[in-house]
Amino acid sequence: MSDSSKLSITVRRSQLGQVRGLGAARGGVRHWWVQRLTAMALLPLTIWFVISVLGLLGAPQSAVAGFVAAPVNTVLLVALVAISLHHAEAGVQTVIEDYVHREGSRIASLLAVKALTLFLALVGIIAVLKLAFTAVH
Amino acid sequence: MAEFSLPANSKVGKGKSYKAPAGATRKRAFSIYRWSPDETANPRMDNYELDLDACGPMVLDALIKIKNEVDPSLTFRRSCREGICGSCAMNIDGTNTLACLKPIEEVKGEVRINPLPHMPVVKDLVPDLSQAYAQLRSVEPWLQSETAAPPDGERLQSKEERSKLDGLWECILCFCCTTSCPSYWWNGDRYLGPAVLLQAYRWIADSRDEATGARLDALQDPFKLYRCHTIMNCTQTCPKGLNPAKAIGEIKKLMLEREI
Repeated sequence: MSDSSKLSITVRRSQLGQVRGLGAARGGVRHWWVQRLTAMALLPLTIWFVISVLGLLGAPQSAVAGFVAAPVNTVLLVALVAISLHHAEAGVQTVIEDYVHREGSRIASLLAVKALTLFLALVGIIAVLKLAFTAVH
Repeated sequence: MAEFSLPANSKVGKGKSYKAPAGATRKRAFSIYRWSPDETANPRMDNYELDLDACGPMVLDALIKIKNEVDPSLTFRRSCREGICGSCAMNIDGTNTLACLKPIEEVKGEVRINPLPHMPVVKDLVPDLSQAYAQLRSVEPWLQSETAAPPDGERLQSKEERSKLDGLWECILCFCCTTSCPSYWWNGDRYLGPAVLLQAYRWIADSRDEATGARLDALQDPFKLYRCHTIMNCTQTCPKGLNPAKAIGEIKKLMLEREI
């Protein structure tokens, strides 16, 4: 054989040893459960949000600000932003774990997704609060 | 990253053609994956024409006829020819199934036959399942009990307890489901796959087994268990009509039950 790499064996560990690997991480339940809980919470929240926005179509800025400033709406909007991005983070993490196999790029992309979703959540929440607290009643 | 195209030396080319014998009354073409470790060539699809009037009804009958009468170099596993040994698991007409249970008549046109997807190929239709077997071994698929069996008989189960094993004990470990699962294709080195998880659940659900907690501990892992995204290929392809996706769902429910 001309290809010398075919002749060298780099893994002598037994199949069972390889499969057992580092053992079970004793985790994953929370992540799986949170993904489903956030999905369930987003169902009514998203419907409420879409209906509310449709109701505000063409309304002046002051009316929109007034809507956001109503305490129930402020709470629901903050919840919507936080839960959406929490759900997005959990989902994208799953996709990365599925498809990105190189250790370095996996950790880097997981951290990037965490940073991005946290940043977007803060931006969204502060925008809602700012609108709510500066609205003229 | 996941591989979305085959490496250069795995690209499948066109192979040889074997015509049906003269006077054939009901011709049918079989396109079969061929690769041998003794040759340097890429894999190829060989085309065999058979006379169905001179052949048994199942795809396995056709394979045996080709090996006996047309091309003795064709390599595949088979044993019981009645769907209980799991040896002749392969990809027929795009779906993993047992060649012995798959009627040729169910396939329209040319019958395409490939080895089980995404496993190393030993030769032709023979996949290397040693990793999957090691994964099965890793879930310790045997009864574990500290309580001694009654000295005068077997360990008893109520009818209700026994019924929980229905839909689980019938698995013949052909690995049609595991090799149909995209999650197993991308993460087979860490994800256990549907066949092994169904076997794990078979022992978790067994009322005679006392190691339930330890079994759940060993599965509680983002990769070993939670790579299952309920894609359902496993359930759709199972030649025994079992539901590995449901068994995995039951494991996930138990994981949650002991945490909340």
